[in-house]
Amino acid sequence: MPEVLKAPLAVEFPFTRSLGPVQSAFLTGLRERVVLGVKTIDGRTLVPPVEYDPVTADEIRDLVEVAATGTVTTWAWNHEPRRGQPLDTPFAWVLVRLDGADTALLHALDAPGPDAVHTGMRVRVRWAEDRTGAITDIACFEPYDGEPEQPAGHSGEFADAVTGIVAAARLDYTYSPGRAQSAYIHALSDRRMVGERCPSCRKVYVPPRGACPTCGVATSEQVEVGPRGTVTTFCIVNIKARNLDIEVPYVYAHIALDGADLALHARIGGIPYDQVRMGLRVEPVWTDGARFPDHYRPTGEPDTEYDTYKELL
Amino acid sequence: MTREIAVVAFAQTDHRRTSDELSEVEMLMPVLHAVLDQTGLKTADIGFTCSGSSDYLAGRAFSFTLALDGVGAWPPISESHVEMDGAWALYEAWTKLLTGDADTALVYSYGKSSPGSVRDVLTRQLDPYYVAPLWPDSVALAALQAQAIIDAGDTDEPALAAVAARSRTDATANSHAQLRGSVPQGDYLVRPLRTGDCPPIGDGAAAVILAAGERARDLCERPAWIRGIDHRIEAHGLGVRDLTDSPSTRLAAEKAGAFERPVDTAELHAPFTSQEVVLRNALRLDDSVRVNPSGGALAANPIMAAGLLRIGEAAARIHRGESDRALAHATSGPCLQQNLVAVLEGDPR
Repeated sequence: MPEVLKAPLAVEFPFTRSLGPVQSAFLTGLRERVVLGVKTIDGRTLVPPVEYDPVTADEIRDLVEVAATGTVTTWAWNHEPRRGQPLDTPFAWVLVRLDGADTALLHALDAPGPDAVHTGMRVRVRWAEDRTGAITDIACFEPYDGEPEQPAGHSGEFADAVTGIVAAARLDYTYSPGRAQSAYIHALSDRRMVGERCPSCRKVYVPPRGACPTCGVATSEQVEVGPRGTVTTFCIVNIKARNLDIEVPYVYAHIALDGADLALHARIGGIPYDQVRMGLRVEPVWTDGARFPDHYRPTGEPDTEYDTYKELL
Repeated sequence: MTREIAVVAFAQTDHRRTSDELSEVEMLMPVLHAVLDQTGLKTADIGFTCSGSSDYLAGRAFSFTLALDGVGAWPPISESHVEMDGAWALYEAWTKLLTGDADTALVYSYGKSSPGSVRDVLTRQLDPYYVAPLWPDSVALAALQAQAIIDAGDTDEPALAAVAARSRTDATANSHAQLRGSVPQGDYLVRPLRTGDCPPIGDGAAAVILAAGERARDLCERPAWIRGIDHRIEAHGLGVRDLTDSPSTRLAAEKAGAFERPVDTAELHAPFTSQEVVLRNALRLDDSVRVNPSGGALAANPIMAAGLLRIGEAAARIHRGESDRALAHATSGPCLQQNLVAVLEGDPR
């Protein structure tokens, strides 16, 4: 078996999310160093506040300010903070019931060590210096031995309330393509196209994915196909793709390589875009150092009869 | 309920820390073949196919469509997918069979946690406004729950260590399990949870076949009849919930008929030792009930498949005549957020 291929893969999105009226008031409040809760139908105060009653599902909008001091209801000591977490030094995860609230808020507690933390301990909000209207406007909690702070009775109405957040998210992976695709990629590095044949229906799949989607069995017999093939269908691309240095218009096509029972797709070059046609014979064009063909160009052979490739559109 | 539906076959992979030599479909396919072989059915004989998986685990968009290649889904079959543990795919298949639209169903699920950092990946399922921006990882949230259970006097660290030890000892009889035998309880990962309190991270897949009525009796000597199945969810705010209890599990169990008669076996999907304590209380399981003879999720926890594994393991014990009435539980989300309970029975012997 050839070596297992691996490559880093980062999935990263800045999610832009709009806020409902209660969430907007809560997060705007944090920006202004005000903590707001919402009253439920049965008179409890939820912090952090939600748009709908968790018991009755009624819309709830009755905002009430609570204190920035509170009590730890449970905790967990995190000696190895991970990327994105509120503190980069060891801290306690805590659920805190703020004074005036009936439910608890999840956040970090900055404490010297686990011996300094216990359920029932008193804490207070440490505000972030730069606040934008996000849960991270609370930098963390810190131990507090003073009197409960008295909320000022804020109405929840703010000038220029935030209406959305942008939540960055990044996850890092090590991608491995698996047995069949690894073999395909290894062969490509020798500029060979190697598909796999289904032992049941005998179809040759290029690129192979390890299974025949018709028979549901593993493909294993390797079959070299191409390098020449036939354009079975195509489209003309008129919109320039970001980060892609190709002049538009250009042609993107399904190409049935000789010996393959599945068309792959690639760009067609070396011919004006408006002269590309179904049945056109093409061959791959490799550039130095590339792991796959840059594009396909006409071979000059006569076009292929439609009936021979009509199943491979 | 007008139709009797049973689990008639179950198969699983060996669960391993990595499987980077295999794509998802390559990992899954042998399990699909194994479960079909047990019944003699072919893909074309299956009335409905339903799968559970999450693209976030391995970071592969539409990985479930590639996995379908392993089923033989072309020409198009009657098929569905849930971005949930396979136990919920089984629930969908069960309802499909209840309608009479199909007599047999193939249910499978798989998870490859090895390509990514699963503790971080799971933060992306949390409330995106108030919780996810803090990146509280899955172990941290379970640790908050564990501390609450300890504070309530429901358990302590030695009791949790005993749950871990019992699970891995039981897993010595399960050749598919990832963690077996004597496993050190280790250091704190997030206090109060030690590495031994946490599930192994790994890759794996599971599949079952459901069949209705006489079809089930044709396909299996002793079908595991699904007497009831239900799933319920907690309020999504962690601070709104009582983390020491699982009312959603209790309600699901009640709706599934779990309390009508005692069960002899329970396969509980408790990835963390502390969660077994909560589930035992919610399900009123006493010492007469054999809990997680497979070793449970503490021995093998392929995410998205570990819940379906519980149903499969419970059913397999009925198939083998080792249980007459078993409870299977699956969970999803942080701190037992959502819970499914199935009650399975074998015909009288």
